[in-house]
Amino acid sequence: MRRVYFDHGVTTPLDPAVLEEMLPFLKEQFGNPSSFHWFGRPVRKAVEEAREKVAAAIGADPKEIVFTSGGTESVNIAIAGAVTANRNKGNHIITCTVEHHCSLNTCKGLARQGYEVTFVPVDSCGMVNVEQIASAITDRTILINIMHANNEVGTIQPVAEIGRLARERGIIFHTDACASFGKIPVNVEEMGADLLSVSAHKVYGPKGCGALYIRKGTRWSPVFHGGAQERLRRSGTENVPGIVGFGKAAEMAAAGLEEESARLKVLRDRVIRGVLGRFEHVQLTGHPEKRLPNHASFCFKFIEGESMLLSLDMQGVAASSGSACTAGSMEPSHVLTSMGISPVDAYGSLMVTLGKGNSEEEVDYFLETLEPIVKKLREMSPLCAFDHCETEEACISCTARK
Amino acid sequence: MYSEKVIEHFSNPRNVGEIPDADGVGEIGNQVCGDITKIFIKVEDNVIKDIKFKTFGCGAAIASGSMLTEMAKGKTIEEALQITNKHVADMLGGLPPQKMHCSNLAADALYKAIEDYKSRQAG
Repeated sequence: MRRVYFDHGVTTPLDPAVLEEMLPFLKEQFGNPSSFHWFGRPVRKAVEEAREKVAAAIGADPKEIVFTSGGTESVNIAIAGAVTANRNKGNHIITCTVEHHCSLNTCKGLARQGYEVTFVPVDSCGMVNVEQIASAITDRTILINIMHANNEVGTIQPVAEIGRLARERGIIFHTDACASFGKIPVNVEEMGADLLSVSAHKVYGPKGCGALYIRKGTRWSPVFHGGAQERLRRSGTENVPGIVGFGKAAEMAAAGLEEESARLKVLRDRVIRGVLGRFEHVQLTGHPEKRLPNHASFCFKFIEGESMLLSLDMQGVAASSGSACTAGSMEPSHVLTSMGISPVDAYGSLMVTLGKGNSEEEVDYFLETLEPIVKKLREMSPLCAFDHCETEEACISCTARK
Repeated sequence: MYSEKVIEHFSNPRNVGEIPDADGVGEIGNQVCGDITKIFIKVEDNVIKDIKFKTFGCGAAIASGSMLTEMAKGKTIEEALQITNKHVADMLGGLPPQKMHCSNLAADALYKAIEDYKSRQAG
């Protein structure tokens, strides 16, 4: 069976060149980078070289990079570390309703501990309004936490404006760049970020490794305590193979960014045009223009996302859904409902995230494969009569069912 | 995640559709995950002669509707009322725990269809 991987927003395959860099550190180069002896020294050197590569990829100084276990940890410790260190200044956090759960749940946890959290809403494209963020600021605000790009709908937030706003008001600004890193330019200076989170496995690096950028001079407290690793900011023996792989992946992502983004954008637009042209009762979710170059997301009326995913999987196509019934949550996507999409329509979400190796032929295969799936599932749906057609009689000849 | 039986019923669901002149129609929706199952029955001499279903839902919901209709077809009303959501799940080789309460609505929809049938008979 033909296999098509359209789920790069969730994870990416390890690039062979990345694996090559990692292999010595999974085999003979097992020394602890904290060791002073001859076995630790070359490993330390490799870690520091990887740090330079990750720093260069986001326009940072290597000393500002802290390696973590991945995006979730980076986001968690960015937020927790910032509010803990600045508790004497205030207790107010501003974030938005479409953040990844690693942000949202950290903020909700802090709210239970007595912090005040303002969840700024988004518009129908999933975009925050900078003026709304500005008006939410109080003299107790210590952190603004807004993601760079949304993982579910691909909308790119106006982070540079938010960064400027935060800087003017002396507030720490963290942005989760896990979805955007490697797809669009991520530069901590241009974004005005004090803290920024990235993950290796979204850019053809290994799983289990990420980084947190901490701007020099930012008041931030470590969350992990133990040895003196990562300049006391994240204790625990370093995941050396992961870090080395991340360094290579970050270097490659930065080097090929412009060309690959342009290529993906063409494919993405082919997906969007193809879906909107073939199907009725489908809504493109996210911003029509300010969206990640590899990201196409939709809501299909009258059908449920997991059923689409299962059916696509049976034809060899791997995609994603923010649907209720995909593994994990039973709730409709908080991102889609925050954008004003009704829960019943949010259940029909389908996300296509493209990457290296995807081709026009694969896009066409996906579109051809999806057509009978949508038809079949809509024929099975009892929703049509109630949601689309005024009467059941009208529903019998309804185009949504054909 | 799903048993082979679930995948098989999802891929080739039995008894999909509507019965325009149904003797009973029942619909159940789950507020939590949004799944909806609708059952149509045709009854002759107290026996479910024909049964169809429609589902807005995930793989488990579709497979449950398909399995339930197979289980209920040819049964008397009393026998059909003995079918539970657990029976449906068991016949499917089990369902993930969260899907049991979220997507396995078929037996409940059948009860409603039978209730509707009985009320039409009484009316």
